[in-house]
Amino acid sequence: MEPPKAQFRRVAVRTGQLATLSFDGAPIRATAGDSVLAALLENGALLRRLEFGGEPRAGFCLMGACQDCWVWSAAGGRIRACTTPVADGMALFTEPQPPIDSQPMDRNHG
Amino acid sequence: MADIVIVGAGPAGIGAAEVLCAEGLKPVLIDEGTRAGGQGYRRPAENLALDMNRLMGSEATKYASLHRRFQALLPRIDYRPGTLVWAIDGNTLHLLRDGRAETLAFDKLLIATGAMDRIAPLPGWTLPGVFTLGGAQAVLKDQGCLIGNRVAFLGSSPLLALAAKQYRDMGAEIAVIADTTPFATKAAATPALLRAPRTLFRGLWYMGASLRAGTEMLHGVTPVAVEGSTHVEALVLRDARGRERRFACDAVALGYGLKPETQLADLAGAAFVYDADFRLFLPRIDGMGRARPGLYLAGDGVRIGGADAAEASGALAAHAILADLGRPQDIEATRALARQVQRLRGFQRGLARAFAWPKAQIAALPDAVTLCRCENVTVGEVRAAMAKELGPVEVNRVKAMTRCGMGRCQGRVCGPALQEIVAAKAGSDAAAGRLRGQAPVKPIALAAAGDSA
Amino acid sequence: MSGRTTDVAIVGGGLIGAWTAFFLARRGQRVTLIEKGVVGAQSSGVNFGNLRLQGRFPGQYPLSLRSQALWEDFDALIGEDCEFEQTGHLYLAYDEEEHARLEGYAKVSESYGLAIERVGPADLRRRWPWLGERAVAATFSARDATANPRLVTPAVARAAARLGVDIRENTRVAAVDRSGDGFTLTLADGATLSCGTLVNSAGAWALEIAERFGETAPVFPAGPPQFVTEPFPYLIGPSVQAIDGSVIFRQIPRGNIILAGYPRTAADAQANRAPVPPLKTLAAMKALARVAPILAQCHVIRVWSGIEAYLPDMIPVIGPSETTPGLFHAFGFCGHGFQIGPGVGLCLSEMILDGATPTPLEPFAIGRFRSATTVSEKFRKEFD
Repeated sequence: MEPPKAQFRRVAVRTGQLATLSFDGAPIRATAGDSVLAALLENGALLRRLEFGGEPRAGFCLMGACQDCWVWSAAGGRIRACTTPVADGMALFTEPQPPIDSQPMDRNHG
Repeated sequence: MADIVIVGAGPAGIGAAEVLCAEGLKPVLIDEGTRAGGQGYRRPAENLALDMNRLMGSEATKYASLHRRFQALLPRIDYRPGTLVWAIDGNTLHLLRDGRAETLAFDKLLIATGAMDRIAPLPGWTLPGVFTLGGAQAVLKDQGCLIGNRVAFLGSSPLLALAAKQYRDMGAEIAVIADTTPFATKAAATPALLRAPRTLFRGLWYMGASLRAGTEMLHGVTPVAVEGSTHVEALVLRDARGRERRFACDAVALGYGLKPETQLADLAGAAFVYDADFRLFLPRIDGMGRARPGLYLAGDGVRIGGADAAEASGALAAHAILADLGRPQDIEATRALARQVQRLRGFQRGLARAFAWPKAQIAALPDAVTLCRCENVTVGEVRAAMAKELGPVEVNRVKAMTRCGMGRCQGRVCGPALQEIVAAKAGSDAAAGRLRGQAPVKPIALAAAGDSA
Repeated sequence: MSGRTTDVAIVGGGLIGAWTAFFLARRGQRVTLIEKGVVGAQSSGVNFGNLRLQGRFPGQYPLSLRSQALWEDFDALIGEDCEFEQTGHLYLAYDEEEHARLEGYAKVSESYGLAIERVGPADLRRRWPWLGERAVAATFSARDATANPRLVTPAVARAAARLGVDIRENTRVAAVDRSGDGFTLTLADGATLSCGTLVNSAGAWALEIAERFGETAPVFPAGPPQFVTEPFPYLIGPSVQAIDGSVIFRQIPRGNIILAGYPRTAADAQANRAPVPPLKTLAAMKALARVAPILAQCHVIRVWSGIEAYLPDMIPVIGPSETTPGLFHAFGFCGHGFQIGPGVGLCLSEMILDGATPTPLEPFAIGRFRSATTVSEKFRKEFD
């Protein structure tokens, strides 16, 4: 079965500055004040893949405690989606971005 | 003047700050969140068209009043939102603000860090679309979003019905409200619950509302699995009569009551005692919230009691601080607060028996179920480690051998279930031990330490 | 219960005690291993997990190399996996003075047959592109390795138990007495145990036994502060150490980066506590970000420490008692006992059963503390 178009459903309108993010290259439209998590799950049902085996994850506690809802940033780090507000131009990814030009050494993690 | 620091700007922290300010003191109020109110009285962003009166229902007046009082306090306190306390060393707090590490010294420390949902794993609980019950409410209040279109509520808690009502009012379909505690157990615990009739009435009213709306409410279920390949497609249970039932849904809200966030209390040197009703190790405090000289604990972060108890216990702890500073004491006010805290916490103790943590279901979980979602450790891996010769029979040792509870959340999510799996082997609830808190209480990036050039 | 006899009693169920028990049992000895807590809980279980060969105390190479061969054969010997990885070890120098020290270490290592590769700045960046710009020179030793300390000691103890060793966890020794040419141990529960040979491998708690038999060593407890990051894409490869001791780190295949850094931290052996001061966490984070700027956004998720025994000359006590025939000491490993653990166990078993070991261990005699103590340069640097 295909993943749903959106995990979350917005039931209260947010007014304010529009922000456009990209998630794995696809544009995501959001409004200032949205959390990264809400913006991404209003547009899909996946935040990241588990480092150990690749299963899909989309957060859990939604209050900054479980540390499950992070996404990778273009800078090579990761951000906690439920407590980070959106910012225009954010580039986010489900998989880590190669932090350096050369490929990692001879092994994969996991 | 003594440096008084309060950690947590929920009802307990605000209640404490009010008492201290009234005595002319200016506490520092640190909050990890960016808007005061804590989890329960979480405040929506200003640009969100959300009818909080409708959402908060019978709590709307209190909700509005707390935020009004907080606004009035603001000029009289040193309020530091968006600030994480990641470690405590002697009388120094280590903070993280705007991605940078800093320190803050204190003479008196009041920790009111609130609670999070207590979780029992089940097959499929790591699928996208399964969220905590508290999270389902938080994302509604904070973001104006529902966690799905058709939502199943699973666990054991009066909050299942409350959250389901909020969700239905906001337009969600409710697939089922499924509580693992049998109805008879709840009925048997009712005398204890009558100690706080207002709260009892509210709980029953929400249950009634669910039934009136035609939502199926099941008691005494055994969770079987959350089904789905890449996201939630259904919740499967066995009902009280043993029949397997499948409820199609696209989200599951999961919650077995609340558990105090005690990591900072641990780092600050509180002693812990096993509580057989809550089946958790809780910090030891005196009647006013003192954990050791200079350390005070209040709110749901030390004993689950709900918002009213949190606020009263915050005020009570503030009176303890005043007393310890040698200020004149308001005996009458202190006594009244102490009685209120005791009564409300007693009610929650009753609730913990009425909506029981399903220890037998957890002990019987299949080996393949993921227990630690950070480190991807299954129940079977923990059991296998314990079954070895010289194998561990204590949670910290199990963690060392299996990595269960060793990940980014430090066992916040898997800890209570791990405790039951280990207790089943250890043969004693308390002997399983508790996961010791370690700094940093939440992950901190290397860059926080400063110059990375 | 009293009057139980055994050939060898070992007090202290750390790595040293477990390996010694294993090798003795393999040669048919009846062995009882007594541990006050659970096996491998202190320095054996909380250390960094380095099996480093380059840069060791020169007099330790024969022991060290013998021990490495046992590590390399761990799975076959013990029958369990301990996450042994031959990652190699990279030493980094950040100025010419450090470069000279590196070269000094390299010459010593080579004189014992270890292959040391010199790596210049250009090659450093080519081979390990995550390295910052500042390192001026490095040496790489490919035979160096790492293992998971949390798994090792319980695994060795289980292997020993399969060979018949009687392992007593949560058992304290209340008294040790000479009886005839052997010893009688009184345990906390009042039971007694008599043995012909006694091994004192009680780590930070070893001094009591030594002093009971009229010898001493200036041993003191300290904790190695350790930190670990979240799992990050696998990148690093070798175990890496700045020669100034500011940081040492390694990445395990599942992605976590384990780091440690001097100075070591105070520990309380009585209360069994070794807290990690947050300022040390920040210092280690800063040091790691300097060596590997690429990790600036990687998060530290946990810190820990445990209790290790140190001596001012920064080398352990290994060998027979000089006052009491039948008593053997092995303690005070100064934070580098993990690598030599199996070798020490093997040598002790040879000393006990054959009267001698082919491995030279003279520098580690307890008698060296009868005269004035040498204070190692390392000692000055590695403590607060």
